[in-house]
Amino acid sequence: MTENRAFGRILDRANRADPYPLYAELRKTPVTLQEDGSYVVSTYREIVALLHDPRISSDRRNLDESFAAREPGVSGQPPAFIALDPPDHDRLRRLAMRHFGPPGTPDRVESMRPELAAIVTGLIDALAGRERADLVETVAYPFPVTVICRLLGVPREDEPKFHGWSTEIVETIGPGEDDMAERQRRRDRATGALGDYLGDLADARLGDPGDDLLSGLLAGGGEQGGMSRAEVVTTATLLLVAGHETTVNLIANGMLTLLRHPETLERLRHEPDLVYGTVEELLRYEPPVHFPATRVALDDITVGDTTIPRGAPIVLALAAGNRDPDYVSAPERFDPCREANQHLGFGGGIHYCFGAPLARLETQVALGELARRLRNPRAVADPPPYRPSSSLRGPRRLVVDFDGVRPTR
Amino acid sequence: MRVVVDLTRCQGYGQCVFMAPEVFSMTGAEALAYDPEPSEAQRGHVLRAAAACPVQALHVDHVGAPEPDHEPGPHPAPDGDDFKRTGRIVIVGASLAGMRAAAVLRREGFAGSLTMIGDEPGEPYDRPPLSKQVLTGQVPARNTVLPPLAGLGAEWLCGVPATGLDLDRRRVRLADGRDIGFDRLLIATGTRARPWPDAAEAALDGVVTLRTAEDATRLRRRLTGAGRVLVIGAGFTGSEIASVCRHLGRPVTVAERGAAPLVGALGGVIGAVAADLQRAHGVDLRCGVSVTALEGDGGRLRRARLSDGDTIEVDLAVAALGAVRNVEWLEGSGLAAGPWGVACDAGCRVFDINGLVTDDVFAAGDVARLPHPVYEYQFLTLEHWGNAVAQAEVAAHNMVSGQTRRWPHLALPVFWSSQFGVDIKSVGVPTFADEVMITQGTVEEHRFVAVYGYRGRITAAVTFDQGMWLEFYQGLIEQAAPFPPEFRTVDRPEATSPVPAEVPDRVAASHGATVVVTGHDPAERRAWLVHRSR
Repeated sequence: MTENRAFGRILDRANRADPYPLYAELRKTPVTLQEDGSYVVSTYREIVALLHDPRISSDRRNLDESFAAREPGVSGQPPAFIALDPPDHDRLRRLAMRHFGPPGTPDRVESMRPELAAIVTGLIDALAGRERADLVETVAYPFPVTVICRLLGVPREDEPKFHGWSTEIVETIGPGEDDMAERQRRRDRATGALGDYLGDLADARLGDPGDDLLSGLLAGGGEQGGMSRAEVVTTATLLLVAGHETTVNLIANGMLTLLRHPETLERLRHEPDLVYGTVEELLRYEPPVHFPATRVALDDITVGDTTIPRGAPIVLALAAGNRDPDYVSAPERFDPCREANQHLGFGGGIHYCFGAPLARLETQVALGELARRLRNPRAVADPPPYRPSSSLRGPRRLVVDFDGVRPTR
Repeated sequence: MRVVVDLTRCQGYGQCVFMAPEVFSMTGAEALAYDPEPSEAQRGHVLRAAAACPVQALHVDHVGAPEPDHEPGPHPAPDGDDFKRTGRIVIVGASLAGMRAAAVLRREGFAGSLTMIGDEPGEPYDRPPLSKQVLTGQVPARNTVLPPLAGLGAEWLCGVPATGLDLDRRRVRLADGRDIGFDRLLIATGTRARPWPDAAEAALDGVVTLRTAEDATRLRRRLTGAGRVLVIGAGFTGSEIASVCRHLGRPVTVAERGAAPLVGALGGVIGAVAADLQRAHGVDLRCGVSVTALEGDGGRLRRARLSDGDTIEVDLAVAALGAVRNVEWLEGSGLAAGPWGVACDAGCRVFDINGLVTDDVFAAGDVARLPHPVYEYQFLTLEHWGNAVAQAEVAAHNMVSGQTRRWPHLALPVFWSSQFGVDIKSVGVPTFADEVMITQGTVEEHRFVAVYGYRGRITAAVTFDQGMWLEFYQGLIEQAAPFPPEFRTVDRPEATSPVPAEVPDRVAASHGATVVVTGHDPAERRAWLVHRSR
């Protein structure tokens, strides 16, 4: 294996604003062994193959003993389905899906479109009279938080309560085994606290169910059986955190990309349908998740000329795969009309992002309205400051100047 | 607007259902159903769904890669290529394969005359929905029309079957006496339903088959009744019809001559799972049983007699006995065409009766039969949607390409069926096996992966509601990976080992035609087809 040090530099916060040249360097070695013993896979075909490879586990308890932090967490909670394999993964995901999408409630997300548009309209209305705003603080963050709170049945006014735990969880995930034990402990504490909060909420909801997702999880799955209380809590924790921490980045990355491509921003004002292709292209070009949770090899797996040994951690560099010139032509070009875009923005295989339909809808609505209503928006600082996480990558702030706000339709 | 989902590619992510819940639906954990001709009001939803599909399997107003409307494709005819500029191509069979081939010919820069001949009136349509959402009544049969290929510049001769082929003069004869000349010919005449063998019984009101859109409309009307339905034959079509009957709440008896449903395609072990699935959904399944007589009075079907001595009262019997290849029009043409299909090489060039490959006659789709290197060069007929598309693309490419630029059709067969809320998918040739082993999931829950092996290598895989793993197993087949697979996977059953696959002996489709060889001198030795039944 040739020496390829790009991955360490990608994790370095100093390179958060533009990791893409480093991804190009990383792709020169499709599979690299890191000093911490993990294997990083960075080319499109190889990533897709591993996402569909049943010899890959999402359950860290399958890691070789030499890796620390493989003991079950101190949070007292079982892993959520994102960190489980079939059949448990399939059962829990299916139960959660009953109240979110097909086959049980196929129109749940789509029916939220008017409500989502109203929320965004309200947030943009509040910018009236201003000529500068941080779009993360005013739109990209509050919007998905409001949506996931309503969907899940979490009081919106509790946001200050769960914000810290959620941030802690996001900042402790990501590749790197060396400091994993410490990060795992921090994350377990935050997960435990958030779980306690959601558990109390669930207990209260038991006697007084609503049409929210939390009530649905508690109600169980009919013939399929239901979730235990602990499973309801971990599932709700996952949905609450993943339900907004990623979408905020997709919207913020999206707006930043549009500010860098003013011709597309202008086209969006006149061609509202362009937003669908735009969002798919953003998921390829500036995805909110650069590394999904680390996977584990259940057996010796040969990828190209590298054999990944059983028990080793595997990091899938989705954002690198998305710009692999062997998979997509002109990968460094942002093209909202790109044909047959099979990006890795939501991963793939059985762990394909559960909330993808909601994230798509939210981003379509948010970017469409921002493009339509902000007059002549310009980024005040480019690049903007970024959040620390290399995995869930996005701007911490996105301050823009604009010449006022257009009225609603 | 018209929608086609390439269900061979579909992995059941369900993103289209989220985006357009009035057009797409899941009938179980993974099986997708959809309206192929949604109203214009759904256009926005459908376009969003198409954009969101993680495997880009959803095609709006076209099949396969989008075609340029009028412009010649990326390979414009070079000045020296007279055939591409002025040649004449005739496609017999205005079907999925024929349509796809026509589109690829134009994409590859064929600018000459293109004639499409089809025996059915009306536009070509998509068949898979006929035995599913059309029969349930969710979608009218007329909605299955394939996206039109505007701008192809093809002459359409529909509703007129081809009746003969004169290779010497390079002409196709039509039933109305016309005679169409060609330089290159594509045979894509497909198959038709095998009728109930007793003509008098087959003529009873209430005895039907299912192959065409017209058949589906008729059967749909009859399924709105209340009496017991008899399905004769538990292959994929018969099983899907039985599934629809149960979906509609109708009592249904399935009579299958073999040991289990789907046994001819998947072998006895997985067939037994299919049997369990049918019975769990209330099908009165009789295996090892044949129907000995269909009886009626006043011309109406009343009852069926079974080989086990039982008699059942039915007013509707569907003969699902497989397919007959549409090759009669090629009789006397000198091509190697018979009940087994039209034999061709891996480049889709048709063999003549002596086994010599022709240069100007090609075949694709259900009617074509070609040697597959992965399966010991055995001649295979692959009656699947995905094969029709893939093979048509290879045939069309080769029709306009020189010797050194031709492609072999080496795609592994992939097919799917949805029945009783389960999505069944397969890659490879499951009947090319001596053993089978469950590698993932649980058979009892009808959610598993079965891997087939032949003499120590993996030759096929079948999934029940586990379609996302199929590509992995396809890779193993392509690498001739060892069987039984011994690697560790997620969801591996605790005790699993290979068992005999119980693949039935291949039934030779030989009745009807036999080859004899005459002559002594190499210059005069010839093969002849003798039709014994005539």
